[in-house]
Amino acid sequence: MSNAVNEYKPATRTGHIANFVDSRVGMSGIVKEFGRKIFPDHWSFMFGEVALYCLIILILSGTYLTFFFNPTMDTVVYDGSYVPMHGVEMSGAYASSLNISFDVRGGLFMRQVHHWAALLFVVAIAVHMMRVFFTGAFRRPRELNWVVGGTLFVLAMAAGFTGYSLPDDVLSGNGLRIIDGVMKAIPLVGTYLSLFFFGGEFPGHMVIGRLYTLHIMIVPALLLLTVAIHLFMVVVHKHTQYPGPGRTEKNVVGFPVGPVYAAKAGGFFFIVFGILALLASTTTINAIWNYGPYDPSPVQAGTQPDWYIGWVDGALRLMPGAWPWHWQLELGGTWVFAVLLPMIPAAILLGLFFTWPWIERWVTRDNREHHILDRPRNAPFRTGAGVAGITWYAIMMMAASSDLIATHFHVAFNDVLYVLRFLFIFGPFITFEVTRRICLALQRKDRELVLHGVETGRVVQLPHGEYIEVHEPLDDYARYRLVSFNSPVYEPARPNAKGKVTQGEKVRGKISRLFFEDRVAPVTPAELEAAHQHHELEASKH
Amino acid sequence: MKALSQKRRHPFAAIALLAIALLLTGGLYAVATATNEAKAETGGAAYSADDIAEGEKLFNSNCATCHGTSAEGTDEGPSLIGVGAAAVDFQVGTGRMPMQMQGTQAQIKPGQFNEEQTQQLAAYVASLGSGPAIPEDEYLDVSEGDAANGAKVFLANCAMCHNAAGAGGALTRGKFAPTLMGVSEQHIYEAMDTGPQNMPVFNDANITPDEKRDVITYLKTLESNTTPGGFGLGSLGPVSEGLFIWTVGLAIVLGFTVWLTSRSA
Repeated sequence: MSNAVNEYKPATRTGHIANFVDSRVGMSGIVKEFGRKIFPDHWSFMFGEVALYCLIILILSGTYLTFFFNPTMDTVVYDGSYVPMHGVEMSGAYASSLNISFDVRGGLFMRQVHHWAALLFVVAIAVHMMRVFFTGAFRRPRELNWVVGGTLFVLAMAAGFTGYSLPDDVLSGNGLRIIDGVMKAIPLVGTYLSLFFFGGEFPGHMVIGRLYTLHIMIVPALLLLTVAIHLFMVVVHKHTQYPGPGRTEKNVVGFPVGPVYAAKAGGFFFIVFGILALLASTTTINAIWNYGPYDPSPVQAGTQPDWYIGWVDGALRLMPGAWPWHWQLELGGTWVFAVLLPMIPAAILLGLFFTWPWIERWVTRDNREHHILDRPRNAPFRTGAGVAGITWYAIMMMAASSDLIATHFHVAFNDVLYVLRFLFIFGPFITFEVTRRICLALQRKDRELVLHGVETGRVVQLPHGEYIEVHEPLDDYARYRLVSFNSPVYEPARPNAKGKVTQGEKVRGKISRLFFEDRVAPVTPAELEAAHQHHELEASKH
Repeated sequence: MKALSQKRRHPFAAIALLAIALLLTGGLYAVATATNEAKAETGGAAYSADDIAEGEKLFNSNCATCHGTSAEGTDEGPSLIGVGAAAVDFQVGTGRMPMQMQGTQAQIKPGQFNEEQTQQLAAYVASLGSGPAIPEDEYLDVSEGDAANGAKVFLANCAMCHNAAGAGGALTRGKFAPTLMGVSEQHIYEAMDTGPQNMPVFNDANITPDEKRDVITYLKTLESNTTPGGFGLGSLGPVSEGLFIWTVGLAIVLGFTVWLTSRSA
């Protein structure tokens, strides 16, 4: 048997090179597999991509910054270009951050690209998560990928916070001081944890170097690993798609990666890069030179974390200080509830967030695979719950800027806090109910449209004198979108195999009723037929 | 010494110690304030009797309703005896006084009196009792000041309320620290010297006149240097940056996503 007979003989020089590579690494197999991968197109599917591109830009710009940043807390005397800091004693970290901003060629631009990219990174992740949640894309088989995505969100916050703390200015030092306070509030082990983290009493001489290691090595490595898992699972599960004619649970309608999607996505990377470069070259971000070198004594007006940490800071601000007691207990050490309690909302929010796919599966008893997305209005309870969660988050985030709300809207700072405290407790319930009602109303409107068509505004007088308005029926494509959706129904509590209705099952039944008792069912073919006959009857009567 | 140590458990020992401590701090305080007053009086002597008389007329027709007919203060406004010419020049010169309305804090509005009238009012109030005088020009000359030292003093003493970039900030119950951008050298100096509204007084023992000039120099440097990184977003820090990325940044990205997917399968 001779191989030579079957061997492919390329005709051109390029062919030779391509064949050389292909016969050694099997490129064509990979291209065949991934190049034919189909991705559906929709604007809302592109935010995960934005986040990915931001991450790449973060790594590129961050690498540039590492060439010039000096993560040391040793004291130096500044003698760079920024006059108001001349002769001021500061840490090497702050001095090198100032040098990056004023003396390194392109340094300030890179710093601003890096920081704007970090903000957009978390914005894109947040929008992407909202899209996945409100369309129900987290349902089987994607529950685990939802958790992986949530982990990415938390890692992004960790990456952001460790980076925010590096310049060692007053602003970032205040942020670290709050972290120190939260650590110390952890019962029993808190003090040890803080001493361990800071290498002694805050601020010590270690923490910038340690944060640097976390920021440029450990957190990015975890992020990249998690992104790889996230994307691998997207390939395994295939992409979800919105409902539409010809789209089923068994197919994906869209363009293949090669060449259309690869070109689009490659171009989109440069668009995102362009947007960030535009922002960075026109708009200041984190003017570290204003804050001065870190000194544990001052806290400046307008001290806030970057937006994605704001909600945790806001929870701390919302906590009543000394009322009705000092929120402190002596139980084998001091329990500082004024700092511990505000961490509970964060834990509740993240806990519900990570477990939601299982909560919904348990309530609906729906264990089928879902590749067709829901329109948010067709899952009123889920949409309401999502908006309630966002509201809670947003109220906490607003609380972090309570002082700026006060100065910019000319209201008293204390009143802002009172209003936000009220909204913190009642806001989510209000927005939940309002959103759910809006969803139900939209569903009813959809039914109305399908059954009676669009009002044309054309009023006709019939021969016997009656006036009617002509309704135009929807075309088939529009109607398909409005009637073909998955609509779970109320599942009452059922006995198990032993014939016993367990306590848990009763709870499930109650929650299921809460979810679905107001359900608006999609129009069935029979209803549609009846409606048409009714219309024809009306018409023929006259 | 032995006698003293034996008496340390005497019932009156604590009281005696307290009395000594109070005498000491009180004495030091008296010495410190005396140095301030000495300087103030030299500044206040420059006004003529005419100025004072004119100022009194203006005072009676515009200020006496709240501050009392001889500036002794009423329930509506504090006594002005001993506040000095600097306080008048600041409050009237920036338009805060006469107050637009009663409230937690006097708001800035276009000034009601011209420079001459303001000086006459200042002369009258300065004649009631010694207080901080209008600063001399040498302490307002920013070409003589040291911006780096000013930054140090400013960040240690002022940035807590006025924000690191002097953009202003919130205080409790509707009070606030205003922005320092666009405030004249003289008014900044007078504010430090007299502590208007809710601001503490930074007297000459606390921040020396030279240091006050340095602070003014730093603020003027901030004002004249356009922000190195582009638009400053109000120098308010992470909140305005977050708002910007969620509105402008996200809107631009959204626009592109809609454009890129406008021809979908």
